[in-house]
Amino acid sequence: MNMKKTTKYICTLIAAAAFILLLVFLESNKNTYGMAVTVLQKGFILAVVAVSMNLLNGFTGLFSLGQAGFMALGAYTYAIFTIPLESRASVYYISGMNPVLAGIELPMLAALLAGGLVAALFAAVIGFPVLRLKSDYLAIATLGFSEIIRALIASPQMDTITNGSYGLKSIPAASIYVVIGLCVISIGIMALLINSSYGRAFKAIREDEIAAEAMGINLLKHKELAFVISSFFAGIGGGLLAMFMRSIDSSTFKIALTYDILLIVVIGGMGSITGSVLSALLVTASKEWWLRFFDEPLTIGGVSIPLFRNGFRMVIFSVLLMVVVLFYRRGIMGTNEFSWEGFFGLIRSVPQRIGSLFRRKEGASND
Amino acid sequence: MSNHILEVKDLSVSYGGIRAVKGISFEVSEGEVVTLIGANGAGKSSTLRSIVGLERPAGGSIVFDGRELTQMGTEQLVTCGITLVPEGRRVFPNLSVLENLKIGAYQRKDSLDTDIQWIYGLFPRLQERSWQMAGTLSGGEQQMLAIGRALMSRPKLIMMDEPSLGLAPIVVQGVFDIIREINKQGVTILLVEQNANMALKAAHRAYVMETGQITLSGTGKELAENEDVKAAYLGKAKK
Repeated sequence: MNMKKTTKYICTLIAAAAFILLLVFLESNKNTYGMAVTVLQKGFILAVVAVSMNLLNGFTGLFSLGQAGFMALGAYTYAIFTIPLESRASVYYISGMNPVLAGIELPMLAALLAGGLVAALFAAVIGFPVLRLKSDYLAIATLGFSEIIRALIASPQMDTITNGSYGLKSIPAASIYVVIGLCVISIGIMALLINSSYGRAFKAIREDEIAAEAMGINLLKHKELAFVISSFFAGIGGGLLAMFMRSIDSSTFKIALTYDILLIVVIGGMGSITGSVLSALLVTASKEWWLRFFDEPLTIGGVSIPLFRNGFRMVIFSVLLMVVVLFYRRGIMGTNEFSWEGFFGLIRSVPQRIGSLFRRKEGASND
Repeated sequence: MSNHILEVKDLSVSYGGIRAVKGISFEVSEGEVVTLIGANGAGKSSTLRSIVGLERPAGGSIVFDGRELTQMGTEQLVTCGITLVPEGRRVFPNLSVLENLKIGAYQRKDSLDTDIQWIYGLFPRLQERSWQMAGTLSGGEQQMLAIGRALMSRPKLIMMDEPSLGLAPIVVQGVFDIIREINKQGVTILLVEQNANMALKAAHRAYVMETGQITLSGTGKELAENEDVKAAYLGKAKK
């Protein structure tokens, strides 16, 4: 089935317009839909980081687990340069702020970009030794790096810069439109990169390093490039997270954060941008919102069900994950991307699928 | 023939203490098909690997088009005009046929349309399957793709490591037809093969390798008729 290009454009425009209308609606009824607003923002921010991780793990085939460290760099850079001058004394109430930094306040976008650049710089420096490692060893090295960054940020010696273990607060927030807009732009840039000839070289490295080298692709240079770009966007994602949370501390950027993102990438499909975005939204929504119900005490006919208490939703969430992984071995999207053809094909096949489900049941009952 | 495009002199390759290639010399002239035949472990693949820089030679020189290759990185060779069709094809399995071809031309910045049409002309089957994932092609089609991918960089010299490996006899015939065809279109070919029979038929000149040394050389025809070669590689008893 082939659709005309104009039809696809119209579909995309309608979807984008519908999405913007939804945002406007949610934002203007914030009190009723507060959870949806939160989930959408956090979901999109995690989607940026998930796509950046996918760029490395799914497209270039480098198993890296340093995402939380690069996010921390981005988040702290953003926070340090944007906390309003007048609130700095109250934020750094323990040891005061480093006099060099104390007078510098950057506009939001500049600080965000600086966060990305700091993360990219660190990636460039550690990339040369670390990217010579393969698979598990690379994962261990990047994981170690991420922990070092976190430990440095929390260390008392850094008090005047990162406020040590007290964390940073009073970080200026942005409206939902700015946050989601920046997320969409970041993901868009990464998508363009992946579809360029550089992206093709990344995929070639993932598929077969020797053949890629024989085709004239400089392995180290391209791995370094993928690593730096991925870290840049992880830094941007960290900055956006700081913007969204308004207060951060080093424990936000524990290894668990990297695992959360790895989970999103695997559920969405290694090597699928739209898969990562979809899965970031689904995972965030189910973790923070849809499964909340399981945390509330439940009473049926005067008997309270003992399982329903705080934390139970994570059990359900884990079970759901297992189910998803069992049925979609390569993630929701595999290595495919969303296309309107596929979407309409899926919708058209729904009656048939339901039909076949019933037929199978009838067959079973006849036996 | 003085117009040597590739000249290998006293090349030796060692793995640890074992000398796999013991000081061999040979040359390839422009427009030729030259084959290096020999049994398993004769040192054919080591020779090829050291030409493309996957292995550092222990001694000797490799000169291509007036440039010394021994200190060059593998990825630089493509810009010099050499491409390798690696042993076992090594196409990129989860990329489409077209993407595979485009990666072959990675070092080029000009338009690829005419070259893609040229490859599709040589291998009509690839055009039919241009959107298919390379991993789903048959062995013969993957070999075609590996050759097509290598041609995309417009090499002066294309080196093939055992293109007939693991293919059905009829498909092997097709691969060798293609080798003759691209040679006719002006590409010089260095062919490393175990299938001596086919390789000698296709080659202008041939070298026989045994335990790291070149033991015989001559035109393809001469060697195909040589009694020793017949006995050792072509499965025909000495009279």
